Amino acid sequence: MRRGPSAFNVAAVVAGLAFLYAPIVILVIYSFNASRLVTVWGGFSTRWYTALFQDAQMLDAVWVTLRVGVLSATLATLLGTLAAVALVRGGFRGRTALAGGIYATLVMPEVILGLSLLLLFVAVGLPRGFWTVTLSHATLTLAYATVVVQARLATFDRHLEEAAQDLGCPPWKAFVLVTLPGIAPAVAAAWMLAFTLSLDDLVIASFTSGPGATTLPMRLYSQVRLGVDPKINAVSTLLIGLVATGVIAAYLVQQRGRRRAVQER
Amino acid sequence: MRRGRSGLAAILPVLWLALFFAFPFMLVAKLSLSDTALAMPPYAPRIDWSQGLAGVRAFLAGLDGETYGRLTQDRLYLDAYLSSLRIAGTGTVLLLLIGYPIAYGISRFSPAVRQALVMAVILPFWTSFLIRIYAWIAILKPAGVLNAGLAALGLPPVDILNTETAVLLGLVYAYLPFMVLPLYAVLEKQDQSLIEAAQDLGATPLSAFWRVTFPLSIPGAAAGALLCFIPMAGEFVIPDLLGGSETLMLGKVIWTEFFANRDWPAASAVAIVLLATLIAPILLFERQQAKVLRS
Amino acid sequence: MNGRAPTSRPQIGGIRETFAPWDDPAARPLVRFDGVSKGFGETRAVAGVDLAIYEREFFALLGPSGCGKTTLMRMLAGFETPDAGRIWLADRDIAADPPHRRPVHMMFQAYALFPHLSVAQNIAFGLKRQGLPKAEIAARVEEMLALVKLEGLGRRRPDQLSGGQRQRVALARAIAPRPRILLLDEPMAALDKKLREETQFELMTLQQTLGMTFMIVTHDQDEAMVVADRIAVMREGRIVQVGRPAEVYEAPADRYVAGFIGDVTLFPGRITAREGPLVRLQSDDGAFDAEGAGDVGDQVWLAVRPEKIAVHTDPPADPRNRIAGRILDYGYLGDWTTYLVEIAPGRTIRAARANATRTVERPLGCDDSVWLTFAPSSAVVLSA
Repeated sequence: MRRGPSAFNVAAVVAGLAFLYAPIVILVIYSFNASRLVTVWGGFSTRWYTALFQDAQMLDAVWVTLRVGVLSATLATLLGTLAAVALVRGGFRGRTALAGGIYATLVMPEVILGLSLLLLFVAVGLPRGFWTVTLSHATLTLAYATVVVQARLATFDRHLEEAAQDLGCPPWKAFVLVTLPGIAPAVAAAWMLAFTLSLDDLVIASFTSGPGATTLPMRLYSQVRLGVDPKINAVSTLLIGLVATGVIAAYLVQQRGRRRAVQER
Repeated sequence: MRRGRSGLAAILPVLWLALFFAFPFMLVAKLSLSDTALAMPPYAPRIDWSQGLAGVRAFLAGLDGETYGRLTQDRLYLDAYLSSLRIAGTGTVLLLLIGYPIAYGISRFSPAVRQALVMAVILPFWTSFLIRIYAWIAILKPAGVLNAGLAALGLPPVDILNTETAVLLGLVYAYLPFMVLPLYAVLEKQDQSLIEAAQDLGATPLSAFWRVTFPLSIPGAAAGALLCFIPMAGEFVIPDLLGGSETLMLGKVIWTEFFANRDWPAASAVAIVLLATLIAPILLFERQQAKVLRS
Repeated sequence: MNGRAPTSRPQIGGIRETFAPWDDPAARPLVRFDGVSKGFGETRAVAGVDLAIYEREFFALLGPSGCGKTTLMRMLAGFETPDAGRIWLADRDIAADPPHRRPVHMMFQAYALFPHLSVAQNIAFGLKRQGLPKAEIAARVEEMLALVKLEGLGRRRPDQLSGGQRQRVALARAIAPRPRILLLDEPMAALDKKLREETQFELMTLQQTLGMTFMIVTHDQDEAMVVADRIAVMREGRIVQVGRPAEVYEAPADRYVAGFIGDVTLFPGRITAREGPLVRLQSDDGAFDAEGAGDVGDQVWLAVRPEKIAVHTDPPADPRNRIAGRILDYGYLGDWTTYLVEIAPGRTIRAARANATRTVERPLGCDDSVWLTFAPSSAVVLSA
């Protein structure tokens, strides 16, 4: 029997979570502040949200970012799922090289990745813009997608695939009919993670982007450099709200599925 | 075991990584041996393919270590190098000290609560990194939330924005989940009966922790430390936004050389130096992950 | 080749004595392993196995874990490729066929039910691969559900079933496409003792009513004895003995088989004389007579099962095969009582006595002096 948490354990967890959430909470509160000054509470207002939706440049950046995010996350998830299958199931010779590439991407400082990708695009003469950012983000997030899918695949019962083959499925079909449905939540999570990372990236986008493909983090960064702009609070709150809704919805769907399973039993 | 053809799945990812990850590093290495030029792209020499082999030979003859020579002459680079390592190192130690009690605390709760707490640790990671760092500017600036709070308590204000302290705070904040999760993963798996056995054999709870729990959690601590240290050493956004002009880090230097000075060879040379420094921890991290994968 | 007795009650398991195609030189085996070997790295999992399994047979591969029985089965299913040798299924070499092209289906140890599919969809899985029309699949699924007594549960998910129900779904899924041979990998390992015994009989009945060929892999000798027509005992990648349960038990090929199946006491010794079917054996524990093969001078082992040793409180008149001893310990098992008898310092023998009446006329206890006897026909002479 595991002993319950001590007062010290509880305090450590509470303090840690408070540290992680305090800045986010402050940001959300001040996005509704009528005053331009962070420390002065000028009453509740949605004026920054109104201002935000009149900022064509900002909205443009959001649109670019979303398109880059969806495309690069989809690419990364496809490649990452393949890589995960190869890493978990494969007995091929390049396994170490593949694993090495994946884990190196995971920890590589972004400035190095960004610089090297830029040099690639210059060397092959690809004009910098929407597509170069998308390809670069797919490269960055491919590693994360691989790790997420690989973790699930490693615990996936190998016998299920064998059973499908035993009952007449060629290996690829056994994968599609049995393994893929089993790892689908992980594949979805990998896509979400890749999408979020792409939305979030400043450094690699700055290196590999060109005119007309300014992403939201690039726009935010140039604004932050100019000083605190409450519109940033507003856009941040919207982003946080979006992510929180997504995560909570995913959680509820999962819970309902579980509850139904329990009821039918 | 009949392996099937799972290896085929590797073809696309391997090609992708070769083209977008491995090959670009060679370009960085090549560029670090070039010189700056008033051209677009702003470096020389470039291979003149129209002259065939002679062009390649001329190109190779144009490569030199001059850029690296420049790096050693300017004190700025050495300072940035050393402070990168110092700040990343200090940050890693702080993360271990702060992350361990949190990870250990979470592992003591019942499974249902544990799951919710892990979710709570991951959740901020899903919100924009840039925005979270930006929030710290609002908190730390002289007329910010922190000083307003201190004033309300009758305490003197502090001015830590644009200092190394603020950079460390930002690093710890941004990388905390990367430290807590690997630590939690090993602590959660630990067999509780080991602690009970230690106590049964006469160990106090504290000595049971130091002699059983802690040694068994070292792989998790090592994974967390590497996962944080390597990217922190090349971090750009946090020192740029929270640190002042005196906080030098290599990530910032690469950025400045590239965007402000348009000195691509220097940016590449600094990147190569940083990469050379990080190659050992990266290999260590890979070896450890491979071990985890096998178990 | 039809071994079924003309009674309505199926003749099953070890009692199906009229069924013996392996004794018929004209019979063609359904499955034939021909010098099959398989290694993993340094270890030889299967070493030169020859084996023939006949149509409608219930065949058991028995051995301890790591003896190669699972590898042998997985080679028949197609999940492992033999390093050497051939595997014939109905006169076709299938060693190179991938698993999905073999009319051989397997019931996996942990069942491997597809968690995202309903019970009915699980059962239909193999039928769909055969491209049967929808209506036929639905009919076959209903038939299978009825066969394994799971009517009305077709729409459940596997995680909404009990362990015994899951086991039956796995069975139904594997037999639904009508394989030439059904492989069962430790099919009852996850069931408790009572359910296991019921399931054993259900399996035997099913195998008879369907007229199918079953091959079971198990480490449980009782299970193999109950269900199988023939048992192959495996050890370190080799087959040590193949035979009916009674043959394997009463006439083990060597000391390993004797010890692996049931309890046995071994008397090592040398043959000193032969009189017709009887040999006289001189051992450290005395001289014994036994029926068996062997020449004078051979080093042999006499194997005696505990239940074939009688326990007496008074010295029996016949001095042959008689050993004096002292009860060291005994265990009351309800139906049986087993005695541990010390016949020399540090040398003990196990004897078992059926508790045929409710009260033992003269209860035996620790430290009682007893006499043990066994009939010459009850002992087996082993040369290895």
